[in-house]
Amino acid sequence: MKIHEYQAKEVLRKFGVPTPQGLPCFSVDEAVEAARKLGGAVWVVKAQIHAGGRGKGGGVKLARSIEEVREHAAAILGMQLKTHQTGPEGQKVRRLLVEEGADIRKELYVGMVVDRGSQRAVLMASSEGGMDIEEVAEKSPDKIHKVAIDPFTGLADRDAEEIARKIGVPGAAVPQARELLKGLSKAFDEMDGSLAEINPLIVTGSEKVMALDAKMTFDDNALFRHPELVALRDLDEEDPAEIEASKFDLSYIQLDGNIGCLVNGAGLAMATMDIIKLYGGSPANFLDVGGGASAEKVTEAFKIMLKNPKLKAILVNIFGGIMKCDVIAQGVVTAARQVSLKVPLVVRLEGTNVELGKKILAESGLPIISAANMADAADKVVKAAGGK
Amino acid sequence: MSILINKDTKVITQGITGKTGQFHTRMGKEYANGPNCYVAGVTPKKGGQTFEGIPIYETVKEAKQATGATVSVIYVPPPYAAAAIEEAVDAELDLVICITEGIPVRDMIRTKYRMQGRKTRLIGPNCPGVITPDELKIGIMPGHIHRKGPIGVVSRSGTLTYEAVGQLTALGLGQSSCVGIGGDPVNGMKHVDVMKLFNDDPQTEGVVMVGEIGGTDEEECARWVKANMKKPVVGFIAGVTAPPGKRMGHAGAIISGGKGTAAEKLAVMEECGIKVTRNPADMGKLMKSVMK
Repeated sequence: MKIHEYQAKEVLRKFGVPTPQGLPCFSVDEAVEAARKLGGAVWVVKAQIHAGGRGKGGGVKLARSIEEVREHAAAILGMQLKTHQTGPEGQKVRRLLVEEGADIRKELYVGMVVDRGSQRAVLMASSEGGMDIEEVAEKSPDKIHKVAIDPFTGLADRDAEEIARKIGVPGAAVPQARELLKGLSKAFDEMDGSLAEINPLIVTGSEKVMALDAKMTFDDNALFRHPELVALRDLDEEDPAEIEASKFDLSYIQLDGNIGCLVNGAGLAMATMDIIKLYGGSPANFLDVGGGASAEKVTEAFKIMLKNPKLKAILVNIFGGIMKCDVIAQGVVTAARQVSLKVPLVVRLEGTNVELGKKILAESGLPIISAANMADAADKVVKAAGGK
Repeated sequence: MSILINKDTKVITQGITGKTGQFHTRMGKEYANGPNCYVAGVTPKKGGQTFEGIPIYETVKEAKQATGATVSVIYVPPPYAAAAIEEAVDAELDLVICITEGIPVRDMIRTKYRMQGRKTRLIGPNCPGVITPDELKIGIMPGHIHRKGPIGVVSRSGTLTYEAVGQLTALGLGQSSCVGIGGDPVNGMKHVDVMKLFNDDPQTEGVVMVGEIGGTDEEECARWVKANMKKPVVGFIAGVTAPPGKRMGHAGAIISGGKGTAAEKLAVMEECGIKVTRNPADMGKLMKSVMK
């Protein structure tokens, strides 16, 4: 689960990570009020959307007067902010963060991820702040420093100080940077983070370190023990179809193509997308109905796919393990009737109770195209969608 | 021969009184030598009861002492599953197979850390389990699609493993053992660990390796294969069409920072002498083509 920058900063502050003073705002008047409350002579008005790259897209502006705060807030609130992470349509800005301006002497990078190699949380740091870490990793991998965190003792003082020095924190600020890094590491661990980034981490003119930006993503599987994080979920930032799917415990991701896929299991769902492409078609979605799919779940899955106006055909590919083919078949028939299906439907069933499942489909009287195997299914659905 | 489990393996079901644990223990018991292999169940506070003739114990340690079981399978709900793995490790079982999906990564990081230097092997979590056809099935895979034979199968996915097995069986290629290692980023045995066992197993004559986007485990395995493997290996990677930054169902199936793409994995596998296909319907055919 993703949260906004201002929320991530609130989380990090609780763990002793210093940030500039700032206030979240939902209207232009609130932004002006926030700037007055914060005081000073320079403010930053920052669009709050979940995607990165906001500055380049015009979502972050410096204001040198209250009037400028008003102007920028008015311009940014409600805009369709386009960044390299939002896709071409952009994301509508509904929230702002107004912060005091910072005196930046140096921009650094620190982040946390779960590293599959070491099977631990890893702190990554670089002297190249403000850039995408992926870009740094590609151009100058020697500038990225990493340390794997011991899950029981946490980030050691010595490791934190060493990392701080390596990325160019001036000597006087090293103890402060050490505490910041330890706070970041602790926040990541205790809050079940899956990604955390402070980019940039700045060193100010008076040699203070602070998080100028912050991004945190949390492990969905651990949200049951963090109701305080669940409360931060912003549904405006999520795809409506994906939200609807999550209500029914379906894993759905919208894609650009026109062939809907309903599959059990993530690996098989990806492989189904791949084979559609291989046969000259294009998948409209990733949809994993999971292990314990009921007729109701399959019906909901159909409804979600059918909301996509681009949809030309549907492929149901089920290899029953836990899931019984007759249950799926019943779900498919019920769903097709309930939504009065207008696009061609190709069904490939395999596994437990497959004969019973095929019988249910055949006796339904619905125009279902039955496929013998995955290749046959891909071939038939691509033809049905008019792709080839 | 086979790897990890065979007809003489004694199994404990952890979480035997839950709906899933009951269902799959029953299915396992009905498969091949299952009646003799499923010897115990564990559910705290239900010790002394039985499930369809299988005695239930309070702890894994007690179950092991009473029955001589060396392997456990876990169907415990996600918040308690990592602790269940640790219990099996503390009881010094040889192998623990964790089927449970949705365990927090932080729990698994701690469990893996505690497992360092211990004798217990871990398969999963979030996996379909392990089957040695005609001998023993531990997990949630459909038993009837398997046939005994010379092909080892190792995969990160559940149903895609069944797909590979179904194709092999249809072509008359039976399997020595099939291992689903699971789709989570922090887990037990990796592709390479299973590959080493297949290399040493006299029954196994070739291996199908099924991977997916995310991480570099497949690449690591491929390099080991190049240097050490005495048997032909074929492979498929799911997710050529997956967009970066989106999590494809499995917690581990995500392309992040330009790493872990299917194209990259396929390229490394080919470099290492593994025959790969981009068509998931051709996994069986490809295996057949390289078997003499």
